[in-house]
Amino acid sequence: MTSRPGEVVRFRFDGRDYEGRRGDTLAAALLANGVRRVSTSVQLGQPRGIFSAGGEEPNALVQIETPFPEPMLPATTVEICDGLVATGLPGKGRLADRPDPARYDTVHAHCDVLVVGAGPAGLMAAAEAARGGARVILADERPAPGGSLLGTAEAVDGLPGRRWAAERAAELDGLADVRVLCRTTVFGHYDDNYLVAVERRTNHLGAAAPATTARERIWRIRARRVVHATGAHERFPAFAGNDLPGVMLAGAARTYVNQYGVRPGRRAVVLTTNDTAYPAALDLAAAGIEIAAIVDVRQAPGEEWARRCAERGIDVLTGHVVTAARGAGELSSVVVAPEDGGQARDVPADLLLVSGGWTPVVHLFSQAGGTLRFDEEIGAFVPGDTQARDVRLAVEVAGSARGVPTLSGCLRDGAEAGRRALAAAGFAVPDQAPPPAVEDEPAAAPARHLWLVPAADGDGDDYREHFVDLQRDVTVADVLRATGAGLRSVEHVKRYTTAGTAHDQGRTSGLLTSAITAHALGLDVADLGVTTFRAPYAPVSFAALAGRDRGHLHDPVRVTAMHDWHVARGAPLENVGQWKRPWYYPLDGEDMTAAVLRECRAAREDVAMMDASTLGKIDVIGPDAAELLDRLYTNMMSTLPVGSIRYGVMCRPDGMVFDDGTVIRLAEDHFLATTTTGNAAAVLDWMEEWLQTEWPSLRVHCTSVTEQWATVALVGPRSREVLAGLAPGLDVGNASFPFMTWRDAEVAGIPARVCRISFSGELAYEINVRSWYGLALWEAVNAAGVTPYGTETMHVLRAEKGYPIIGQDTDGTVTPQDLGMAWVVSKKKADFIGKRSFSRADTVRPDRKQLVGLLPEDTGRLLPEGVHLVEPGGTRALGHVTSGYRSAALGRTFALALISGGRERVGERLHAAMGEEMIPVTVTHHVLYDPEGARRDG
Amino acid sequence: MLLIPCPWCGPRDEIEFHYGGQAHVAYPEDPAALSDEEWARYLFFRDNPKGRFAERWSHSAGCRRWFNVVRDTATNEIHAVYRIGEPRPVIA
Repeated sequence: MTSRPGEVVRFRFDGRDYEGRRGDTLAAALLANGVRRVSTSVQLGQPRGIFSAGGEEPNALVQIETPFPEPMLPATTVEICDGLVATGLPGKGRLADRPDPARYDTVHAHCDVLVVGAGPAGLMAAAEAARGGARVILADERPAPGGSLLGTAEAVDGLPGRRWAAERAAELDGLADVRVLCRTTVFGHYDDNYLVAVERRTNHLGAAAPATTARERIWRIRARRVVHATGAHERFPAFAGNDLPGVMLAGAARTYVNQYGVRPGRRAVVLTTNDTAYPAALDLAAAGIEIAAIVDVRQAPGEEWARRCAERGIDVLTGHVVTAARGAGELSSVVVAPEDGGQARDVPADLLLVSGGWTPVVHLFSQAGGTLRFDEEIGAFVPGDTQARDVRLAVEVAGSARGVPTLSGCLRDGAEAGRRALAAAGFAVPDQAPPPAVEDEPAAAPARHLWLVPAADGDGDDYREHFVDLQRDVTVADVLRATGAGLRSVEHVKRYTTAGTAHDQGRTSGLLTSAITAHALGLDVADLGVTTFRAPYAPVSFAALAGRDRGHLHDPVRVTAMHDWHVARGAPLENVGQWKRPWYYPLDGEDMTAAVLRECRAAREDVAMMDASTLGKIDVIGPDAAELLDRLYTNMMSTLPVGSIRYGVMCRPDGMVFDDGTVIRLAEDHFLATTTTGNAAAVLDWMEEWLQTEWPSLRVHCTSVTEQWATVALVGPRSREVLAGLAPGLDVGNASFPFMTWRDAEVAGIPARVCRISFSGELAYEINVRSWYGLALWEAVNAAGVTPYGTETMHVLRAEKGYPIIGQDTDGTVTPQDLGMAWVVSKKKADFIGKRSFSRADTVRPDRKQLVGLLPEDTGRLLPEGVHLVEPGGTRALGHVTSGYRSAALGRTFALALISGGRERVGERLHAAMGEEMIPVTVTHHVLYDPEGARRDG
Repeated sequence: MLLIPCPWCGPRDEIEFHYGGQAHVAYPEDPAALSDEEWARYLFFRDNPKGRFAERWSHSAGCRRWFNVVRDTATNEIHAVYRIGEPRPVIA
C-alpha cells in the first residue's frame, strides 16, 4: 500500500525510519509498513500488536521522544507528523527529563447544551439544539467529526459518511452560538453538569506547532443540559492466545481499511457473535484481504449478510468457535472448531478479527451519578432512567451510547435527544425536520453473548492464555484464582487481579471481567454489575491540568514595600504563607550561622531592625468592637485604655490556641488587631464567622488592613536613642512612652504610629507608616546605623524568651496553659471562646504536653525540629522539639519542645532520639533569656 | 463541582465557597452551666446523614457571607438555600 494517496510524512519508530501519510495515526502508519509488533506487555513481556483503532487501545502503547517526550500514548491516537520519533513500550513509559517549553491553558465556558461525541447521534443532537437557538458546544476526541462513520464509510443522505459529517460540523461551527471542538476529550462529568475536557491543539503539527499556541487546553464547561453521544466500544471474547499481534477488533480493521486505506493483514479469519463483523469482513475483502472464514458462534447470521458473503465466496462457519490463536510472537494460524466438539482445524492467517458485541460508553453517564441497567439484547450495560427519583440528571443519552444498534436509529435518536435537551433548557422546540437518509441497512439477526471460549483439551486448558485485560496481562486463570480465593464482588476481583486498572481503564475488557467473574460464580452478569466508573475517562497530563498555574504563576507572591531593598542586600528569602520575607542579611564571606549570630548580637547589644510588615492587621470598628474582642480573646480587651496595647491569645471552642497577637486601642470604638503572618486571613474569617452566624446583633465591622501599613521593628538597647533621633517631636522617655503603649509621631518626617512592643525581650518599637512610605522609613532607619535582621534572627530572639510561634511550637492540640501562659486567660470574664474547655478533664491532665526549654549537653549540638524525646533507656516518646537554634546570647544551642508533664520535668535529663543516636539534653523553663524581663525597658 | 446558589450573588462554582459543617448548632447560652458531656456534645458531635442535611456555607471568594443550605449528601442535590437566622425550610 505504498501507493496510498496523500502527503508523505516521515517518522521513526523503534529506531527505523518509515513513511506514512498526513492524517494517519501512528498505528495506521505502522500497519501500512507491515509493523505488527508494537510493544511488550507489562507483566509477561509478551509481544503485543495493534488491537483497536481508537482511544480504547489496550496494547499498542508508545513513548514519544520527538517533538517532546511523552509516555504511555496509544499509537491509535497519536497523529504522525514529520520528524516524529517514538518507541514501543514495555508497559511503562518515561517522563521528560527537561522542562516542557510548551504552553498549556484553560478556558471556562458556559453553554445551554453540551454534546459529547460528534458521531451520527451527536451531530444530530447538536444540530437540533442549535436550530432551536441554544448555545451549543460539540466536543469529539478525534481529529475529525463523524465518529463511527469514519471507520464504516457508510453513506448518509447520499454522501460518504465522512463528508456528510464534515459538512454538518462545518455548518454548526459557522453559527455564532455553536462551538465545535475536535481532538477534545471530555474526561470528567461532575456535579451540576460541570464537565472538564482536554483539547489537543498542536501535537499533530509536530515541529511546525506555533510556540504561541497552547499545546493543550483544558475546557471547564458548565452546561444546562448534556447529551452523551459517546458511542460504543467493541469487545472481544476470551480464548487462548487472544493477545497475539494480529488479533484485532473487527471494527478497527474496518477502520484501517476505510479511513486510512491500510490493509492490517493479508489473510484474515473473523470470529463474531453478531452481525457487525460481516460488513467489516466484506470491506476487507473488497480491499483485497483474503477472508479465510467467518467463524460465527451463532447458528444463523443475518440473511442478507450471509447472502453477500456467499456472493463474494466467503466461507461462513456457523456454530463454530475459535479455540486458539497461534503463532510465534505473532499470529500465524487460527484453530477453528465446531462449538459442540467436532473436529478442529488449523486455518493459516495473519489477521484474526474479533467481535464480541458492542459496549456502550457509559463512563461519563456513570460519573454523573446515573445508574445502569443490563440490556439483554446487546448484552451490555446501558444508561438507566435519568429521571429516577433519587438521581435527576440534566443529561440525555443518544445513539449507540444507549445501545441503539443501527445508523438510522442513531441519527433519529440523536435528533430526539437534541430536542429533549432544547426543551429542558427552556427553548421552544422547532418543527421536526426529516431525518437524513440511510440506504443500505440490512435487517440484523440477534447477537449471542459469548464471553468465554472453553479451551480445547491440552490447548490452553489452564486458561493462562485466555486474556481478559490485555494491558494488565490478566487472564481467565487470574479471575478464577480471585473467585477461588473467595472474592464475590467485581470491585474486589478488580483490585485482586488489577483487571481494569490500567491506562485504558478496561474499556474493551471491563465487561468481560465481570462476565468471567459471573461465570465463575454461577451468576448472571446482569446481577453482578460492573466496577464504578471514575474520572478521568482518559489519561490527562498534569501539565494540562496545571495550565498556566506553574512557576511564578503557581501561587500569588506577596512582598512588602521594602522587598526590593532586601533583595538588593542579598538576603535569601523565606516563604511564609504567600509572603517572601528576608531570612538573613549575609555580609561578604558570611554563612547563615555567622550572619544570624551577628544579627542576634546587634539586637541584644546594640540596635537592629526588621521588616515586620507581613504581620496580619485587622481593623475592628464599631460600638461593640470591645465586646467582640472580649468574646474572642482569652483575656480582657474592653478594659484596655485608648493609647494602650495588649497581647492576646485566641482559642477554638475546644480550648486550643488558634492565633496570637497584639491588640491596639485606637479609640473607644476602634481597635487594630495583629495576627501571625500566615494566619491573617483565617483570623479575619474567624471573626466574620462568629459575627455573622452567632452574634449578628453586634455592631462591628472587621477589615483587613495588612497591606495598608508598612512596619519596621526597631530593637535593642540603643533603639530609644535611634528613635529619638528620627522623631525629635516624640517624647521617648520610659515614663511618658511606656511599654505596651502607642503614640502618633513623625518619624524621619513621615507620619507614623509608633508602638512600644517587643517580640525579642529587648527595648523595642514597631514603627507603622502607610505602605507608600515603607521604603523611605526603612532607609531612614537603616541610615541611622541600624543592623537589619531577618526572620531567622527574629525566631532565635523570640525563642530565647520562650515566646511560641503559633503553628510552629503549637499544632492545634495546645492550650494557653500548655504554653505556660495561664496569665493570658481571664478569670474575670464570664465566658469567651474556649473557656468552658479549660475545665474539661482532658485539658487539666497533668501529663499534657507542655512547652519547655532544652539545653543539649553538647553545647554545639543543634536539635532539628520534630526530634522525639525519651527518658534515658526508655522508648516511649514524651514529646518533640518544636524549635531549635544557636544562641549568641546564651553562647550555646538550645531548643523549645512540647513534652508530656514538661514543667514537672524541669532539671531532668532526657534523650533526643536522632535515629540510633541518643543526644542527652536537660529540660529547662521555656524562658531562657532575661527571665525577669528587665531588658524591655532599656 | 457543585453549583451553589448564594442567596446574595446567585449560582456560583463551589470553589468560591468554604464549607462550614452542620447548620443550626448554636453556641450554648451558658457553657459554664453544661456538664462535660453536654459541652463535649457541642464540641465534637455532628450529624452525618445520608440524605438531606442542613449545613453552613460561606461565599468566601465572593460576598463573604455565611448562609445555610439543605443538600442531599447522597445526590448532592441542593433543595434550599436560606439566610443565617432563618428557620430550616420545610421541603416536601
